Amino acid sequence: MNKIILTTILILILGVPKSHGQVDSTLFKRIPTDTIKSTLNMDAVYNRPFLGFGKTPVSVGGYAEMNWQYLGTDGVSEGHQFQMRRMTLFVAATISKKIKFLSEIEFEEGGKEINIEFAAIDVEFHPLFNLRGGIIMNPIGAFNQNHDGPKWEFTDRPISATQMLPATWSNAGFGIFGKKYSKDWMIGYEAYLSGGFDNSIIDNEENRTSLAASKANHERFEESASGTPLYTAKLAVRNNKIGELGLSYMGGIYNNFDDDGVELDQKRNLDVFAIDFNSTIAKTSTFITGEWAWVSVDVPSTYTQQYGRKQKGGFVDIVQPVLKKKILGWEKAVLNLACRLEYVDWNVGTFNETGGNIGEDVWSIMPAVSFRPTSQTVFRLNYRYQEQNDILGNGPAITNGFSFGISSYF
Amino acid sequence: MKNNFLILSFALTFLLASCEKTISEGPMENEVLDGQVEGLSYQESIQFLKGDEAFAEVFTSSKGLGPVFVATSCISCHAGDGKGHPSTTLTRFGQIDGTGNLFLDFGGPQLQNRAIPGYEPEQIPNGATSTKLTPPMNTGLGFLDAVLDADIIAMSDPNDNDGDGISGIPNWIELPSYSILRANAISQNGKYIHRFGKKAAAYDLLHQTVNAYNQDMGITSSFDPMDTFSGLEIDPEVSNNIVNDVVFYLKTLKAPIRRNADNAEVLSGGNLFSQIQCASCHKPTLQTGNSSINALSNKIFHPYTDLLLHDMGSELDDGYTEGNATTAEWRTPPLWGLGLAPDAQGGQYFLMHDGRATSINEAILLHGGEASNSKLQYQNLSEIEKNELIKFLESL
Ligand code: HEC
Ligand code: HEC
Repeated sequence: MNKIILTTILILILGVPKSHGQVDSTLFKRIPTDTIKSTLNMDAVYNRPFLGFGKTPVSVGGYAEMNWQYLGTDGVSEGHQFQMRRMTLFVAATISKKIKFLSEIEFEEGGKEINIEFAAIDVEFHPLFNLRGGIIMNPIGAFNQNHDGPKWEFTDRPISATQMLPATWSNAGFGIFGKKYSKDWMIGYEAYLSGGFDNSIIDNEENRTSLAASKANHERFEESASGTPLYTAKLAVRNNKIGELGLSYMGGIYNNFDDDGVELDQKRNLDVFAIDFNSTIAKTSTFITGEWAWVSVDVPSTYTQQYGRKQKGGFVDIVQPVLKKKILGWEKAVLNLACRLEYVDWNVGTFNETGGNIGEDVWSIMPAVSFRPTSQTVFRLNYRYQEQNDILGNGPAITNGFSFGISSYF
Repeated sequence: MKNNFLILSFALTFLLASCEKTISEGPMENEVLDGQVEGLSYQESIQFLKGDEAFAEVFTSSKGLGPVFVATSCISCHAGDGKGHPSTTLTRFGQIDGTGNLFLDFGGPQLQNRAIPGYEPEQIPNGATSTKLTPPMNTGLGFLDAVLDADIIAMSDPNDNDGDGISGIPNWIELPSYSILRANAISQNGKYIHRFGKKAAAYDLLHQTVNAYNQDMGITSSFDPMDTFSGLEIDPEVSNNIVNDVVFYLKTLKAPIRRNADNAEVLSGGNLFSQIQCASCHKPTLQTGNSSINALSNKIFHPYTDLLLHDMGSELDDGYTEGNATTAEWRTPPLWGLGLAPDAQGGQYFLMHDGRATSINEAILLHGGEASNSKLQYQNLSEIEKNELIKFLESL
C-alpha cells in the first residue's frame, strides 16, 4: 500500500514536469497566497501556497517540520532529541471547470508512517452547494482541518487536538459544503458521511478512552468497523472585524456490533461537540485562536473505569506580533511573542467505589517566541511547563523544557 | 546585521548548554518507591528496565486481555509501585478453611468483575463468602524473597510458648508445579512456607506474578495456561521471558528509604513502637541469605514484618482464606514505605487488607485477636505519644 502511494507521488513529482521538458526551476511558479488571510478554517485545505508547473493544471506544495527538544518529566530527561516531525505533500489539480482534486499525504517518523490525510474530488454546483468525495478530513473543531505546521507558533500540536480529538483525522466519505458572503460576513457549512471509529477507542495501549487510537486502523478506508456512517457537520460564521466562530459535531456508532450477520454487542455511540474561534484584535494585532471539545463515549458498564465515558479539553493560543520590519534581509519579517494554554481531562467523572474525582488530566502552558521571515516559514522557540495527574489523582508529574523548530511550506 | 547573527547563535548555544538546568528537579530518592536497589550490574540494570517496561504494559483484547479481568496492566493497580485504591481493589471468594476453594468451578478464587465488550463479567456465586484485597506496595520484595525459611520459622511461635499472646505461623502450602525451590527450603509434610500476598499464599515472586497475569488480567502464560473464562488451556499470552523480566524487576526494586529518621519525635515514636509490642509482629529487622543477585545477598534490612500469619480477630475476619490460614489470619504487612502510601492512593490512606482504614490511627484501632493487647497499649498512650508513634510510622 505504502509503495503504491510512494510511486504515485514520485510519478506526480517527477513525471509531470518531465512531460513538459526539462525540469527547470523557472517552470515552477509560486501561486501566491497569504497563509494568514481571513478565510474560514474550513478553507484551510485550499488556502495554502502551491507551485504550478507552467500552464499545467497541476500544482504541488507541502510543508516540513523539524525540531529539537529537551524535555524532562520529574527530573528524568530523554536528553537532546532531534526530530523530523513530518513532511507533507499537497498535489492539487483542476480537472475541468468546477471539478477539482486535492490531496495531502503525510510522512511521519522518517517515512514509517505514511498517511493519505486528504484526497478528494470537489464538484461545484453552487457556492452554497458543493459535493466532495474521497478521503475527507472530518471537520471537528478547527485544528483538524487547519493543522499545517507553518501556521502555528508552536512545535507541538495541541494535546487536545492530537491525543483527545485525533489530529489529521480523515476517513473515506462523501459530503456537501458551501459558503455565503455578504459584506463583512461569511458563513460556511460542511456535512459528511464517512467511515469512522472502532473498538480501539476503548481498548488501546494508552489505557484510556482515545479517539486518536482509531487512527492506527488503516482498514477504516476500506471497511467501517461499525458498518454505520460517522456523521460530521460544522457551521462557521466569520465577521472580518470580529473573528470566526465554529460549531461542530461528530458522532455515530463506533463499535463492531455485528459481524457476518452475527450480533456481537449492543450498538455503542460516541458524540463529540466542539467550539472553535479565532480573532485578531485590530488595535494591537493580537491573534487569538482556540478550540474546546467535549467527548462522550458509551463505554460498557461492566468494563474498566480506566476508560472514561466523558472527556473534555481544548487550547487557546495568543500570538502578539512585536516587530514587523525588514530583518536580516527579509522584507516583511515578523517577530511574535506567543503563549499556548491547554487542558485535557481524559476521564471526567467519579469513581464508583469512592465517589471521588477520577484524575487523568493534564494542563500545560507554553510561552513562545516565533520568527517569521515570511508568512510561509516559521522559526519557533517554545518552553513547556506541564502538570499531569494519573487516574487516581496522584501527581502531578511535571514535564518541562525547551523546544526549537522550523516549519515551512515549500 | 552580523551582530544579530552573533547574538542569535550565542543565545542558542547558551540554551543548548543550559538545558539540564531548565528541567525541574524530580522528587528526592526517598520520596518515591520506584527505582532499583543499589549495586546492580549493567546486565542486571538492563533486565530491571525490561521488567519495568513489562510491568507498565497495557493489555488490550488483541493482546489477550480477559475476556474477563480486573485491570489492564500491573501498573494500573500498583501505580508507582505503591499501594492501590478502592477502585483497583479486587475480590476473592469461595474458601473458608485449609480444605481448599469450594467454588473453583464457579470462577473462584478471584472475581473477574470486568469484561471486554460483548462478554459478561463474573459474579460472586450464591453461598460463597468473599474478601476484598487492596493492592499492596511492591517494594523491597527481593529482600523479603531472600529471607531464609529457617529465619521465618525462628520468628514463629505457633503455641505461644513465650506467653505474650502472639503466636504467628507460616502458611504451609503445596508448591505450584512450576516453582523452583529456594536454597535451604524447609518442608513440612510435603508443604512449603509461602510468604507473599495478604494471606501469604504465594510461594515466591514468580508464583505471585503468574497469578497476577492470569487472575488479574486474564493473561495466560506457559506457567499457568488455564483461561479464567473458559476453563480451558489456551496458548500463552505472555512469554516466559517477559514473566522472568517482571520477576527480576520485582526482586530488584529498592527498599523504601526513610525520611526524618533522626527527628526527636520520630525517635521516641520508634521506642514506643517496640514498647507496646507492635514490633512483635512488625519485626523491624530481617536478614537475607545468599542470593544470585549480589545486591541482595546477606543484607540486613528493615521491613517491619515477620512474614507470618496472625489471628487478627473477628472484625478483620471476612470468612475467606487461602492455603492453611484461617479466615481471621493475615500476614503481617511490611510497614516500610507507609508514609509514602498516600502518594499512590490519590493523596489519602487506604490501609489494611481491604483499604477500610483511612488513617494510620484507624488501622491500629482495627487490630484485634493476637494484637488486642498491643492495641490496648496504644489506646492507653497519651495524645502526644500517639502522635509520636504515628510520626514514626510516617517516616518509614
Ligand atoms: C487488579 C489489580 C492488580 C493487578 C492488575 C495486579 N496486582 Fe499485584 N496485587 C494486587 C493485590 C490486590 C495484591 C494482594 C493480593 C494477595 O494478597 O494475594 C497484589 C499483590 C502483589 C504482589 C505481592 C506483594 C506482597 O507484598 O506480598 C506482587 C509482587 C504483585 N502484586 C505484583 C504484580 C504484578 C507483577 C502484576 C502484573 C503482572 C500485578 N501485580 C497486577 C492487585 C493487582
Ligand atoms: C499480632 C501481630 C500484630 C501486632 C502486635 C501489630 N500488628 Fe499491625 N498489622 C498486623 C497485621 C496482620 C496487619 C494486616 C491486617 C489486615 O490487613 O487486615 C497489620 C496492619 C497494620 C497496619 C496497616 C498496614 C497496611 O499496609 O495496611 C499498620 C499501620 C499497623 N499494622 C501498625 C501497627 C502498630 C502501630 C502496632 C502496635 C500498636 C501494630 N500494628 C501491632 C499485625 C500486627
